[in-house]
Amino acid sequence: MVVNRALYFRRRLANSAFIVLSFSAALFGLAWLGFILWALLSNGVAALGPHLFTETTPPPGSQGGLSNAIFGSVVMSLGAVVIGTPIGIFAGTYLAEYARYGKLAFVVRFVNDILLSAPSIVLGLFVYELVVVPMGHFSAIAGIVVLAVIVIPVVVRTTENMLLLVPDSLREAASSLGAPRNFVIKLVTWKAARAGIITGALLAIARISGETAPILFTALNNNFMSTDLTKPMASLPAVIFQYAISPYEDWHDLAWAGALLVTITVLTLSIIARILGNQKRT
Amino acid sequence: MTDISLSQTADLTVRAQTARRAGAGDTRFRLTSMAAAILVLLIFAGVIASLILGSMPAFKAFGFGFITTEAWSPARDRFGALGPIYGTLVTSAIAMLIALPVGIGIAIFLTELCPRMFRRPVGIAIELLAGIPSIIYGIWGLFVFAPWFQGAVQEPVMNAVADVPVLGTLFGGAPYGIGIFTAGLILSIMILPFIAAVTRDVLETVPSVLKEAAYGVGATQWEVIRKVALPFARNGVVGGAMLALGRALGETMAVTFVIGNAHRIAPSLFAPGTSISAAIANEFTEATTEVYTSALIELGLLLFVITFIVLAAAQLMVRSMEKGQGK
Repeated sequence: MVVNRALYFRRRLANSAFIVLSFSAALFGLAWLGFILWALLSNGVAALGPHLFTETTPPPGSQGGLSNAIFGSVVMSLGAVVIGTPIGIFAGTYLAEYARYGKLAFVVRFVNDILLSAPSIVLGLFVYELVVVPMGHFSAIAGIVVLAVIVIPVVVRTTENMLLLVPDSLREAASSLGAPRNFVIKLVTWKAARAGIITGALLAIARISGETAPILFTALNNNFMSTDLTKPMASLPAVIFQYAISPYEDWHDLAWAGALLVTITVLTLSIIARILGNQKRT
Repeated sequence: MTDISLSQTADLTVRAQTARRAGAGDTRFRLTSMAAAILVLLIFAGVIASLILGSMPAFKAFGFGFITTEAWSPARDRFGALGPIYGTLVTSAIAMLIALPVGIGIAIFLTELCPRMFRRPVGIAIELLAGIPSIIYGIWGLFVFAPWFQGAVQEPVMNAVADVPVLGTLFGGAPYGIGIFTAGLILSIMILPFIAAVTRDVLETVPSVLKEAAYGVGATQWEVIRKVALPFARNGVVGGAMLALGRALGETMAVTFVIGNAHRIAPSLFAPGTSISAAIANEFTEATTEVYTSALIELGLLLFVITFIVLAAAQLMVRSMEKGQGK
């Protein structure tokens, strides 16, 4: 038997080179991401404190917190989820239960996936023309609408995916007992896919809690506590943006604190969503 | 006899009523869900219509010259989109050049090389990082990365290549820290977890029988990945990469902080520039004249068209892969 040592050596060399490259790619990538998280923690934790939740955003040079921004973020995110989730669930249900292979479903699916990854700043421009221009001024309502527009595609996608995981034999069993279609959907498939659908809603909240660009032309910002939905409202991302590009040190600290709060919120929501999603599978 | 037949008819009426009521509920439910699905279409149509309507004044004023002029002067109401378009394309290109090989490397590491014990934790960490909002990358880029990059990379590189013909221009000028190149780097770090997560998911769909067969005839790990796994997963990887490109093109906050906001095309990659999204984010609320606002909306329209093409192509790639798997 002839052993081609040169060829064998070359293949081994290529393999080792590839393994080294792949390892270093992983190290390189994870190092940057670790670098970001570390910077976020070290700068953010230093600026954390109870005052963040009790005081409103300060003028430069004085003490203050982020209470109005936190309040605004919570109100607008909740509003968007309350509006967007039912619409998304119904649309996802239509795709999975009624029109699985229809032409309309094909188009809706395509358009939904485009909206899912479309630049959020463009959606902000759309809601600016739709809500802000007719109203004549920026408002929290416009902020809620744009965030709902971002929520809907996320919920549509997860709802459809989760409903498709429900075995058809369940639907057939319910139908054969004489249950009308809407009973089958409400009492059987929605129940079977419940954890997955909730996961989708949580992921949607995680997605919108850091959205900045579309907020800038809809809800704008507000340096005072405001509960009026027809007036501009502060939000964490908008305050982070405004404070980070300002020249004031104490504003930078607040921006870091806000960034840390947003990240903690997003990570917590994603982790809960992941745990729920795993429960579903087992 | 009669009694029985009477009660039967009564029973049937009740049943018919119940059935009719359930049927009516059925129709209502189906129409509600269909309306929700159509609403998704209406949103999409609304986005396009509002962008076109909003950009009419600018289109009337500048025509197609808007796309080919570089001048951007709010004071004289003259606007050209070439600078932002250049910035968007170049930052996304830099981001893809870096993030694609590294992201695929991470995915290969996760599916083939990583010790089983670390596979799940590292995979989860990457998925979580893919969900971190872009403003976090932006603020980090502005306060931490740009100052470090300015001193540790830009200055030495500029000094080293100052007298080299092409590179000297490409990496010339003054080391600001912020600029087109920095924005591209931040973008690459931002889309890295996304590319890694998508590619890993695709690589995991490669049937182990295929890989085992290749190992069985004596292939090395590199050969199995390059000649079996990657070709099998090609459409999925390309589709995922295009989704990532769509994100990079439309990304706003990670870019706005560090790109420098200068509406001109400098020969040096280290020079400040702007991108479509950064221009809109920075100037929209300050735009005072109708033409100014409209020019920014037309920029948004251009961005939407570019990302639409990329995302539609990405979807077709991913769909064709799912079909290939018989899903």
